[in-house]
Amino acid sequence: MGVTTTTTSAATYTPIATTTLGSAASNITFSSISGSYTDIVAVFNGGASAGSNALALQLGNGSVDTSSNYSITFLSGNGSNAVSGRVSNNAYLYIDARATLPTTLTANAIISIQNYSNTNTYKTTISRYNDAAGEADATVGLWRSTSAINIIKLYPDSGANFLAGSTFTLYGVKAA
Amino acid sequence: MANPTMTLIASQTIGSGGASTFNFTSIPNTYTDLKIELSARTSATDGSSGQSAAITFNGSSSNYNLIYLLGIGAGVYNGTATNAWMYVCPSNWTGNTFSNSTCYIPNYASSNYKSMSIESTDENNGSNTYLDIVAALWSNTAAINQITLTAGGGNFVQYSTAYLYGIKNS
Repeated sequence: MGVTTTTTSAATYTPIATTTLGSAASNITFSSISGSYTDIVAVFNGGASAGSNALALQLGNGSVDTSSNYSITFLSGNGSNAVSGRVSNNAYLYIDARATLPTTLTANAIISIQNYSNTNTYKTTISRYNDAAGEADATVGLWRSTSAINIIKLYPDSGANFLAGSTFTLYGVKAA
Repeated sequence: MANPTMTLIASQTIGSGGASTFNFTSIPNTYTDLKIELSARTSATDGSSGQSAAITFNGSSSNYNLIYLLGIGAGVYNGTATNAWMYVCPSNWTGNTFSNSTCYIPNYASSNYKSMSIESTDENNGSNTYLDIVAALWSNTAAINQITLTAGGGNFVQYSTAYLYGIKNS
């Protein structure tokens, strides 16, 4: 009932895990994610070994969910046309709508997942994807599960590898 | 790996009389990523450059490019440019209104090219409003040790602020 406001002065942007690829890899998975934060933020900077691959995200508890429990709505510009669209009942979340991961280390993505460990709600993501030679995107995603997220997987969705030198960091954000 | 690591490196506030730039120098390379938070208004009127803040690194104005996706309330615009910028509220828009912009730069001290994630908003309860997302790149392998934000026209006005944060991944 009403609104409860909590005030705190604690610093709360904490690295949970980070990986820099020493060699090409088909995916990066962060597992055993602690449930002690309020939100989590994943930051990617890199590229993939082949074109026509989207940056894909799967979520899960114990193992990633590969079923068709994901949906997205996106806003995307590639420099010549702007589009908005959506995908329902997909097996993963698209982070870049046009599937243009570059073959250089020049893309980045910032993915926020609020209340990732809440067992009463489905999980909503909001992300930004940036490739100055490809596309600028804002995307909202939904994973239709009330399970707490303790594992996330990022991968190029059409069989490419992430390039060596790609970096991935997962941060935790506490509300208190 | 349990220490909070988003740290204010420096902040600047424009005083009376205004100033054409925010300039952060001697940025240490001890962080992983950088984040700029800009709240600003310029003394210029709106137009192609009057409502922008150009982003330059290490004193270089070369080798930038971007894709922007801009909503103005009555349409959507998409294009490219050969610089990097954030939007700033111009002087002829609603008084006391300041734009909000964020620029995130991962791996700013690496020897790779530097990609940026930029968002800008210029809501002012008027007929012109800007909501902009930008993918930008500085094609240079040097570590970033200086960031300059330059008003595209006129000066940044009093009370404009810029905050530079460093984020460590460990």
